[in-house]
Amino acid sequence: MADMIKDHILDRPNSYIGKTIPRPNAKRLLSGRGTFTDDVKLLRMTHVAFLRSTYAHAEIVSIDASAAKESNGVVAVVTGAEMAEVCSPWVGVLSHLEGLKSAPQHALAVKKASWQGEPVVAVVANTRAQAEDAIELVEIEWKELPVVTDMETALDADTPLIHPELGDNLAWRRELDVGDVDGAYANADHVIEETYISNRHTGVCLETRGILADYNPGEDQLTIYHSTQAPHMMQSLFAKHLDIEEHKIRVICKDVGGSYGIKVHSYPDEYATVALAYMLKRPVKFTADRLESFTSDIHARDHRIKTKIAVSNEGEIQAFEIDDLTGIGPYSVYPRTSGIEANQVVNLTGGQYLNPNYRAMATVVLQNKSPMCQYRAVGHPILTMITEGMVDDAARKIGMDPLEIRRKNLVPDDAYPYTAPSGLPFENLSHQASLEKLVKMMDYDGLRKDQAEAREQGIYRGIGLATFIEVTNPGPAFYGVGGAPISAQDGATMRLDAKGNVIVEIGVTEQGQGAEAVVAQCAATALGVTMDKIKVIAGDTDITPYGGGTWGSRAAGIGGEAAVQAGKALRQNIVEVAGIMLQSDPSTLDIRDNKIVDLADGKERIELSEVGRVCYYRPDTLPKDYQSELVVTRHYVPKQFPFAFTNGVQGCYLEVDTNTGFIDFKKFCVVEDCGTVINPQLVDEQVRGGVIQGLGGALLEECLYSPEGQLLNGTMADYLVPMAAEMPDIEVGHVESPTLDSELGAKGAGEAGTGGAPAVVMNAINDALNPLGGKVTVQPFTPERILQAIGKI
Amino acid sequence: MKPSAFNYAKPSSVDEVLGLLSEYGDEATILAGGQSLVPTMNMRLSAPSLVIDINGLAELSGISSNGESLRIGALTRHVEIENSSEIAEHAPLITMAMPSIAHPAIRNRGTMGGSIAMADPAAEMPACLCALGAEIEITGGSGARKVAATDFFKGLYDTDLGGDEIITAIEIPKISAGYCSAFDELARRHGDYAMCGAAAHAKVDGLVISDLRLVFFAVGGTPVVAAAVGSAMADQTVDEISIAAAQHAVEDDLSPFDDLQCSATLRMHYAKELTKRILNTLVAG
Ligand SMILES: Cc1cc2nc3c(=O)[nH]c(=O)nc-3n(C[C@H](O)[C@H](O)[C@H](O)COP(=O)(O)OP(=O)(O)OC[C@H]3O[C@@H](n4cnc5c(N)ncnc54)[C@H](O)[C@@H]3O)c2cc1C
Repeated sequence: MADMIKDHILDRPNSYIGKTIPRPNAKRLLSGRGTFTDDVKLLRMTHVAFLRSTYAHAEIVSIDASAAKESNGVVAVVTGAEMAEVCSPWVGVLSHLEGLKSAPQHALAVKKASWQGEPVVAVVANTRAQAEDAIELVEIEWKELPVVTDMETALDADTPLIHPELGDNLAWRRELDVGDVDGAYANADHVIEETYISNRHTGVCLETRGILADYNPGEDQLTIYHSTQAPHMMQSLFAKHLDIEEHKIRVICKDVGGSYGIKVHSYPDEYATVALAYMLKRPVKFTADRLESFTSDIHARDHRIKTKIAVSNEGEIQAFEIDDLTGIGPYSVYPRTSGIEANQVVNLTGGQYLNPNYRAMATVVLQNKSPMCQYRAVGHPILTMITEGMVDDAARKIGMDPLEIRRKNLVPDDAYPYTAPSGLPFENLSHQASLEKLVKMMDYDGLRKDQAEAREQGIYRGIGLATFIEVTNPGPAFYGVGGAPISAQDGATMRLDAKGNVIVEIGVTEQGQGAEAVVAQCAATALGVTMDKIKVIAGDTDITPYGGGTWGSRAAGIGGEAAVQAGKALRQNIVEVAGIMLQSDPSTLDIRDNKIVDLADGKERIELSEVGRVCYYRPDTLPKDYQSELVVTRHYVPKQFPFAFTNGVQGCYLEVDTNTGFIDFKKFCVVEDCGTVINPQLVDEQVRGGVIQGLGGALLEECLYSPEGQLLNGTMADYLVPMAAEMPDIEVGHVESPTLDSELGAKGAGEAGTGGAPAVVMNAINDALNPLGGKVTVQPFTPERILQAIGKI
Repeated sequence: MKPSAFNYAKPSSVDEVLGLLSEYGDEATILAGGQSLVPTMNMRLSAPSLVIDINGLAELSGISSNGESLRIGALTRHVEIENSSEIAEHAPLITMAMPSIAHPAIRNRGTMGGSIAMADPAAEMPACLCALGAEIEITGGSGARKVAATDFFKGLYDTDLGGDEIITAIEIPKISAGYCSAFDELARRHGDYAMCGAAAHAKVDGLVISDLRLVFFAVGGTPVVAAAVGSAMADQTVDEISIAAAQHAVEDDLSPFDDLQCSATLRMHYAKELTKRILNTLVAG
């Protein structure tokens, strides 16, 4: 059907593609009329609070909940053993990450707790305050167990085992050896070694995690309001572990106040909340408070990477080698696993450069700290930091300008399709065009001049460059092939109502990033209506087409394409009816500006609402053998390539105060190639927000642990997130290399900023410190580490 | 993060506050701007059985000038102090320091009395009051008494305030002719409690400094008066040599600590850096 329409989405008249359209939901959110999970209130609703382990590793000898049960307002007190009767445990592994192992994990700890913050006992009460009062009355006798916190020694023979049944503390190891690395070393003029460290941090969502579950025994139906990125995945997981059929579970995801990957995982306290509603047959709400968020949300990016780069005197990169060690907490997180971050590091390090010799090892170990898993730009901040750090190491060694060495070694724009040493196919990247655009935007030569002048006055400024590749629009290769219930395809259902308005139901979800706006732009353009006619509904498993939700920078590229195809198909159906009504050949008709028009000259024939009126109220005026179909559904999944890789480059110029170690940004530019830009403002916002989040990890954010596995900084006062005053203005430019995998050609843009920011700021700091013989390699690059690097303290 | 249950009283006179304090003792807590108290209650670090809200006591609020000194009511909000032209004229150090206290939303509610009663070692106001030779007016059952700021701060979050007393005001001597103030701090993000900060007040004559009262904060349990730096700089011309001597003297004045934000070594380094900046600022006019 759809292929009867020959017109291309990028050639539509009155197109919204490529236009800055204010997002329709902004007004609602800004006027305080959003509905976040905690805003939903149900009759007979209760609140759950969790007693969380205060030990990083301890056996539960006994639990005495008798006093808590008597406490004011308490409805139920449930232990791990009682919970396990209702909610089955899970194991966070995927078959395509061969050898990855983890232990069964429960909604509430059974027998022992394995990190500080693991939920142990659930207290349900009429108010959250009452639940917290009762928690203070639960008495647990603990027996402390030896803790494993240092990933460097996690695999030593004398280190205790976190899960003795696994045989060791190794969760996963991956090795890759491509080309002839040793041969390259033998021939190279220089082989430079360095160790880089990315310290553990987390994603801080303005809206903390939240879930409200309601079980109706009358119809054996669970309704779950959830602040999540992936409603269908959660539906499937809750069904599996509570042993309820999927269609008896409805997951509704209204407004989400940021997610960044934090809300794409399944959490023990969330299973527990749903199980409690099922057990108690009344609504139970859990809203994570800020304190428990720091020990119960996933953490990310705890990596130590030893690197080696071989380079010739002429600046040809001859080999990359990395040895990545990462500690993921006591469990691999379910269902996406905690192997993916290290996997990305192995897959993509050095991937933007022409070098064929690449050796990588990733070692993923267990520890008694909060579980780690995927957070915005999964792995990319680390792999870009080491790739671009190594390239600058090489440039410094041979005395070549960092821009020159990149120009020399980047995979040329005309070399695509291209296969990276790791075997991943890249469809069409634009490293060269992007770099040259950035060089102009930031006035590279002018900055080098300014830098030299400043240095004469004892002022230390540095320029950083960081090229990057980014995984977006993932197909089933990411999770589905490994057995996870995560849809790679997404659908859009479009329905014309009787007044000529259009309802679009989509599987991708809105997290505050503007997915609904982008989908509406695609739908309106494909169909030929104005934006005000479109209403988008997302985040309801009872209503929307089955889909994967929002993660991996997929909402625009995949959800947008589904909307394009649905819009075209609906247009086809509508012009068919209009053809009958107007006694014209449908192929001579089109829809523009909410009207049926002649395709050739745009002459107005009838209003779209007239088609609606006839089809719904007066179908008797249509031929007896004709049935109109004003609802269509189309799905989309990328098929030619496993992922739509994107690329870009960041450049920054900053000044380091060598007396205080403080840095001051002078310029920050990003050139990003996300294929077709659907809404420039939204893409730019994604890039800017992404950069800021990347700078948070690079400069400020760090989960600090004691050797005993106690998180030392779990509040917004001592876990420092970036704030506007310290952050740079960010200029964003675009190169557009559309993916041919979809008609729309849009790739993802949500993570590019985050992926490149740590690298670019590190390189700029090191460029500034170079004349002083200093170099930072440990993230976050705090004033203290900067002063230590130059021997000031 | 929900407080445990508490009773609430909103008295209409200081006497009534004092009555409640003597009746409830340690069980009662005064609520001023709530910017420090409420978070500690939410985290259940404190669980008073009675919260005495003093926000209805207009007589505790406001800035007045009495001859040689300024009087700032305990309930006066940071924002009012920040914007006061009287303070800017007669106690410019306070005006300089105000923008470094947190963010506008917090300064809209936070109060002078709360800041000093809280006695956070990294807070700006305690250090400024010590540098300016201010006095704290404390009212208890037996009437009002005045304590020098330098005697008021006793240790980490520990002050001279008795359990049955309330801070009613502070008094700051007006700046004398020939005197200058300077303020600086180093914080990871604007508005954070500083890693190290300094407030200073001195007589300045051209490049010559005397009667220097340099007070560091965030380097010990209380504001630390840098006496050795004061002596080192007595009647000294500010130049490279005297700055180096002053920086050296800082080592005698301070024994900083490690915490999550930074090490003792970095604090000492910063204290020396601030000493240089402050001295240069003082003589820059
Ligand atoms: C995010 C954030 C950042 C901040 N950053 C800074 C900063 O950089 N620098 C800084 O100095 N402060 C900072 N503060 C604290 C802020 O200045 C507070 O306002 C101040 O410390 C307490 O003032 P308050 O009026 O809010 O006191 P409250 O919170 O109401 O009370 C604090 C304590 O003082 C007692 N108290 C209050 N008034 C009296 C009184 N009249 N007599 C006796 N006892 C009294 C209370 O019982 C309580 O124990 C920050 C606060 C926040 C939330």
